[in-house]
Amino acid sequence: MAGSTPASATPELSKPIASVSPWTEAWRRFRRHRLAYWSLWILGLLVLAVLFGPLVYKVGINDIDFQARLAGPTVKHPLGTDDLGRDLLARMLYGGRISLAVGLAAMLMAITVGVLIGAIAGISRGWVDAALMWVTDLFLSLPQLPLLLLLIFLFREPLKAAFGLEVGIFLLIVLVIGGFRWMPVARLVRAQFFSLREKEFVEAARALGATVPRQVVRHILPNSLGPVIVAATIDVAAAIIAESTLSFLGLGFPPDIPTWGRILYDARDYMDIAMHWALFPGFAIFITVLTINFIGDGLRDALDPRRVL
Amino acid sequence: MGNYLLRRLLIAVPSLIGISVILFTVLALAPGDPFEELATNPNVPPEVRLALRASLGLDDPVWQRYFHWVSNMIQGDWGFSFVSRIDVDTLIWQRLPVTIAIIGASQVLALLVALPVGVLAAVKPYSWFDRIASTVSFIGFSLPTFFTGVLFILIFSIELGWLPFVFRADIPETGWAWWWEHIKQSIMPVAVLGLFQAASWMRYVRSSVLDVIRLDYVTTARSKGLAESVVINKHVVRNAMIPVVTLIALQLPQLFGGAIVTEQIFRIPGIGSLLIDSILRNDTPVIMAVTFVLSALVILFNLIADVVYGWLDPRISYT
Repeated sequence: MAGSTPASATPELSKPIASVSPWTEAWRRFRRHRLAYWSLWILGLLVLAVLFGPLVYKVGINDIDFQARLAGPTVKHPLGTDDLGRDLLARMLYGGRISLAVGLAAMLMAITVGVLIGAIAGISRGWVDAALMWVTDLFLSLPQLPLLLLLIFLFREPLKAAFGLEVGIFLLIVLVIGGFRWMPVARLVRAQFFSLREKEFVEAARALGATVPRQVVRHILPNSLGPVIVAATIDVAAAIIAESTLSFLGLGFPPDIPTWGRILYDARDYMDIAMHWALFPGFAIFITVLTINFIGDGLRDALDPRRVL
Repeated sequence: MGNYLLRRLLIAVPSLIGISVILFTVLALAPGDPFEELATNPNVPPEVRLALRASLGLDDPVWQRYFHWVSNMIQGDWGFSFVSRIDVDTLIWQRLPVTIAIIGASQVLALLVALPVGVLAAVKPYSWFDRIASTVSFIGFSLPTFFTGVLFILIFSIELGWLPFVFRADIPETGWAWWWEHIKQSIMPVAVLGLFQAASWMRYVRSSVLDVIRLDYVTTARSKGLAESVVINKHVVRNAMIPVVTLIALQLPQLFGGAIVTEQIFRIPGIGSLLIDSILRNDTPVIMAVTFVLSALVILFNLIADVVYGWLDPRISYT
């Protein structure tokens, strides 16, 4: 560029800026959110413990040790035992699998339904959009927990008969929790679609003759994923809380499937003599939900391209 | 104003109808029979059972039953509880005041905590106060209400013995002692619900005050020489409250969920524990009515939220 004088003093670019993929950039920003970064580690450890713990810690969830009923933490039973002398660590490792699986599956369902409805409403204006949004608002104003309880109560027996005890209840709880959590995602996706479909790059695609499905799948949807990922993270936490609440009210999994909420529910009557029994599952739920919420917060910062961090 | 209210009411009616249709469909689709108990009861001959079914219209097509139920509801005939053997509406009116009192008190507590903390955190963002408040609020809404309830009972009832952990509706004392007992037994449920709400509201208040506080009109107010308290209270907070009211109204359905849990933990004889009891005992008319009342309350509070917007933001025209 001989002869051209910069209008203002520009710093000499010593080396060209390495092109970074959006995901690397997001990861760099995510790591700056220290609480989120550490939460990821803690949650990772928790997931590993729940996945592989039962392979290492070989105590059956229904093994009864009559000599150690309602015992506090000891070497033999690291987290103590319950009223029948069953080992709490083994039960919590087992229950953690179910709680986390319910959280993930319910989240997937909520996100799928939400993205689908939001995308349809966002791309088709007019009465389709209006009708879908009316349904969304209606679902938003339903009292969720009462209906959850009602649905589970009504459909528990037939599903148990059709799919067996564990799978039937699992399916029911996932369907019901997922079915009541898609609305915020749908609204989010719709709002994203509204702004994105008027953007120049979508217009360019349209001008090139891209069909509507191609515009949506290739251009609009990938760009609206950021908020959806954040919502998905928070939804996992919400679903875990919902499942524990149901179990805590005695309407979730049956007593022989020890999810964290169920253990807490069983512990309620022995609180004065066996505090540890209630505290450990409670803390497990709390730590899981807290770390997931922090990770969601970190992702919110990391996936927002307008944010300069 | 009247016109605006009327319009909002007209929007609320289809929602109510939609909710009642959903509720009714769920119950109609559900396998199982509300008269199962009678069917297995050897003292009730089958003819009586069939006659009873016919008299209650259970053999009619679903849509007929729906209209039958709606017209009964409108006429104030809410059905008869199979278990308690009294009218459903008397049952609900017995239970509702306790729930409303607990929820109301917890909302007031939540507002009293969330508003000052959120505003203070936003006035000095990223200060140590803000950091601590944000972290505490994260912890607050990650603690499920059933766990905080259990923790509170462990600490305040079992360890310290300060507060009773079973809620009694019939307190023998009179006068001031009656009030004192009621306040004492309400502290824990109200605190559990209120602090959980406060934790999430605080974040809303903070972010929405942060949005407003950098706007030009706030600078103008400061440069006019107004006292900082006037700037914050009159200019910032009032405008920041508008989105917060929306979010609070949207969260109401969840609040009833929280109330059900707290009522169950502290054994409060409110509408939530009525619902759980009737679900466990297969008391269909009560389940139906309670769920419907809760939905109607949600819609009512949304309506109230709409009115509050108008008061906060005169730009929202009522016409």
